[in-house]
Amino acid sequence: MTGVIELRGVSKVYGSGAAEVHALRDIDLTVGTGELVAVMGPSGSGKSTLLTIAGSLEDPSDGEVLIDGLLLSAMSRNDRARLRRRSIGYVFQDFNLLAGLTAAENVTLPLELDGIGSKAARVLGLQALVALGLDGHADRFPDELSGGERQRVAIARALVGDRHVLLADEPTGALDSANGEAVMRLLRSAAEGGVAGIIVTHDAQLASWADRVVFLRDGRIVDQTARPASAESLLVPGPSS
Amino acid sequence: MSVPHALLALLSEGPTFGLRLRQEFEARTGEVWPLNVGQVYTTLQRLERDGLVESDEEGADGSQKRYRITAAGATELATWLHTPPDTALPPRDELIIKVLVSLRLPGVDLHEVLQVHRRHFVEAMQHCTQIKARATDDDLELALVADAELFRLDAVVRWLDAADSRLKRRPVRKPDEVAVSSPRSARKATVWG
Repeated sequence: MTGVIELRGVSKVYGSGAAEVHALRDIDLTVGTGELVAVMGPSGSGKSTLLTIAGSLEDPSDGEVLIDGLLLSAMSRNDRARLRRRSIGYVFQDFNLLAGLTAAENVTLPLELDGIGSKAARVLGLQALVALGLDGHADRFPDELSGGERQRVAIARALVGDRHVLLADEPTGALDSANGEAVMRLLRSAAEGGVAGIIVTHDAQLASWADRVVFLRDGRIVDQTARPASAESLLVPGPSS
Repeated sequence: MSVPHALLALLSEGPTFGLRLRQEFEARTGEVWPLNVGQVYTTLQRLERDGLVESDEEGADGSQKRYRITAAGATELATWLHTPPDTALPPRDELIIKVLVSLRLPGVDLHEVLQVHRRHFVEAMQHCTQIKARATDDDLELALVADAELFRLDAVVRWLDAADSRLKRRPVRKPDEVAVSSPRSARKATVWG
């Protein structure tokens, strides 16, 4: 499969000598267009490191990362920053919205940083907000929104413009189950619209929205689920039974 | 699953026929648990024997009998609705027993045993989530059943995770290192009251 996100033999070591910590060991992971992959593992298994390396926020100690077929290690610092701004969206557990900016300004900020004029950016930003059911909320500040609405603004920011790589770290961790489910429905439909996504989580309910669940343990991928067969009835047993 | 009580609940909305009860039961439970006609009539006969429902004696054809709930049936239904299921003793769970007996088995990688089960349960959760994701907004019954199943499976996965981390912190004892433990009856009394 040609991947939108591709990790080849990725390892990450922090520190050296006796203090050396192997956060990731020889990770191979490919995520294609329209695919949502959950990386599941306990705290300290390397989930967040995997996400920051996939998102080019950190370099691997060994191995290669490709986004849209482009080798990150072969790109200049500026080109990588541009790729991050244009193609990759991040969603975090605590939303990471700027408190002094409205919902629309939060969403359009990455576009404006990328040189798009503020009028054009606002049009794209409003489109992204409407797509996430936030019409009428564009000019509200984060503290005027509920937790579920804030996370939807963060998803709008992650998907605004031509962004098609979505990286999420426990995106429903701060939400109740109804809002968590609403957020996962949105991420699912983003994937169905062609976005390639990785969600890292320790939560099986969240992971179960993914096409594929990869299990991480002590920095290694130890197992993964099969892509689920089309489910017709709750009485039909799961794919591996 | 308590079919008798579910039928009493349906009858509490008004008298109806056995076949209609079967259709209603399936519709109300998200069509997850199919019920055969024989089971419906056997259950109704038992409920009638116990004085919890009564039927129209005029109906010559058994399948066309109309059933209605009695006052005793309504009391039984109210008691059932407000009585949580018995949680006093843990169910004899095959997975828990499997893990417990594996603890000191030579040559068994317990983390691998846990992972095989974790994958299986997460796949089952993906299956349920897929159904829930496709359910229409007005299919409340199916969403509720899918939620119940997801929480049940999630509890198993959480237990597997907890077992994994417990084992990581405290390696499994070898067969000759069996710890001296408190008498069985004492432990049972402490844990389960």
